[in-house]
Amino acid sequence: MPHKGKAHIFGDDINTDEIIPARYLHTTDRHELASHCMEDADKDFAKRVKAGDIIVAGKNFGCGSSREHAPIAIKAAGVSCVIAESFARIFFRNAINIGLPIIELEKARERIKKGDSIIVDTSSGIVKNITRRQSYKVEKYPPFMQKIIKSGGLMEFIKKRKLS
Amino acid sequence: MGYTITEKILLKHAKLKDIHPGEFIYAKIDLCLGNDITAPFAIEEFEKLGIKKVFDKKKVVLVPDHFAPAKDMKSANQCKVLARFAKTQDIKNYFEVGRMGVEHALLPEMGLVLPGDLVIGADSHTCTYGALGAFSTGVGSTDLAAAMATGEVWLKVPESMKFVFFGRRNRWVGGKDLILHLIGDIGVDGARYNAMEICGETIESLEMDDRLAMCNMAIEAGGKNGIIAPDKITSRYLKSIKRKARPGLGKFYSSDKDARYCAIKEYDVRKIEPLVACPNLPSNVKPARALKDISIDQVVIGSCTNGRLSDLRIAAKLLRGKKAKSTVRLVVIPATQKIYLDAVKEGLAKIFVEAGGVFSTPTCGPCLGGHMGILAAGERAIATTNRNFTGRMGDPASEVYLSNPAVAAASAVKGRIAHPDEVL
Repeated sequence: MPHKGKAHIFGDDINTDEIIPARYLHTTDRHELASHCMEDADKDFAKRVKAGDIIVAGKNFGCGSSREHAPIAIKAAGVSCVIAESFARIFFRNAINIGLPIIELEKARERIKKGDSIIVDTSSGIVKNITRRQSYKVEKYPPFMQKIIKSGGLMEFIKKRKLS
Repeated sequence: MGYTITEKILLKHAKLKDIHPGEFIYAKIDLCLGNDITAPFAIEEFEKLGIKKVFDKKKVVLVPDHFAPAKDMKSANQCKVLARFAKTQDIKNYFEVGRMGVEHALLPEMGLVLPGDLVIGADSHTCTYGALGAFSTGVGSTDLAAAMATGEVWLKVPESMKFVFFGRRNRWVGGKDLILHLIGDIGVDGARYNAMEICGETIESLEMDDRLAMCNMAIEAGGKNGIIAPDKITSRYLKSIKRKARPGLGKFYSSDKDARYCAIKEYDVRKIEPLVACPNLPSNVKPARALKDISIDQVVIGSCTNGRLSDLRIAAKLLRGKKAKSTVRLVVIPATQKIYLDAVKEGLAKIFVEAGGVFSTPTCGPCLGGHMGILAAGERAIATTNRNFTGRMGDPASEVYLSNPAVAAASAVKGRIAHPDEVL
């Protein structure tokens, strides 16, 4: 299913301390985590973000700690997809494992500006910028990861794998 | 074409005939690890699966170390989740407050990790154990949940980068400076997704604590794992461990001569001096000598990077008979109970307290802005920890500089960033 929303722009090397500061890590409550999403990178992000919105960032998004609270906070805040020029590896696997759609797009911040209307179709690998009437082809996930994504995350995937 | 040490360990654990970078594999794990921040999510997911028992209770390790001893009620509840799960699953490698330590200092010290192992931990600094010649990498809570259920992890086989260090180390230069130099050179995503093989004549004579500090920060260059081929120093270290949880010395792998690397970097260690990573990235590295104008409010000596006995000995050497400047809060945190006790026996604790410092029970504490020394807005710390991101140690308007224990201790005396030669 395509993801549609307005773009929120962030820089390079956005780390997990900025995505969800450690001072909020004493909980597993998804709504509480969502209310502090991106707080140390953009204080009012959690108040402004609307369901379906898309995060667009530079290189190495999600670097730093392994806290899964980071993709969980983003997903629970209503963000439908994260587009970045590249992702740090633990964030990448955490997002795949919990079913948060993420897309690597070259020159993401040249192509997409603040507030642009974006549609992401992960199955066809196409990102459409409605505001600028452009569309970009991105590489699809390798088949191995697609299986995890299609299952709805790693836990569902291993359930199926165990049964088969 | 030959294999790198990383490829050999993955091959062994994937039960395949051949292995190539970029390939996806399922690998059997020898150990998995969670802490009071990451394990509660993993336990929640594990219990949803409806499986009664973890795949092997001897291969699951739980350490409440981040916000423990519990800093508030919410943290206490998180820690309680670990204690309860350890009890119902009969997990012996659960380390309660008073017996615990900062996980990545504790596990090697307990003899829980051996060369040739495949270890995953729901903590990014799990890459530390590469110093013992193990493949070890940080994952998330869901990965930990899946590993506890199946004993396996999915991995993409990384390409390997080789980092060759040669030449004699200058005075006060430790493993921390070597890894900061490397990160300063390649950047915080310079080794993204890659295995970082650390080698060369300098490494061959580097003691285990320094090796652990180096592999610990592989993640700060975006690496999947840091790894050092096991050798005589590794054997000696393993034989010196008194509380050995597992028998034997593991399996010593090394890279083939014709192994493939996506990049090879060489560093002349004679040119490296004590370094400091300035805010807000570990790659923002400058010589300590060039930062003498930077005043500081707090010094933290501890963490999974530099909270080991040899680190405390270096700091004590500089602080013996001296006082931390009256404007500075000095916080020293031995990484484990054993290190704590050794530091007391050797008289190091006395030196820190007489210098006007705090000598704390083991905890990750201030490293991630948890407790035991949180910074106020506008405050600045120099720390032997591993990250200096915005707000890492407290208020988003505070700053963290990263260094080795000698620079941190010298800075405590001077009240500003100082080269150890200024003090001793």
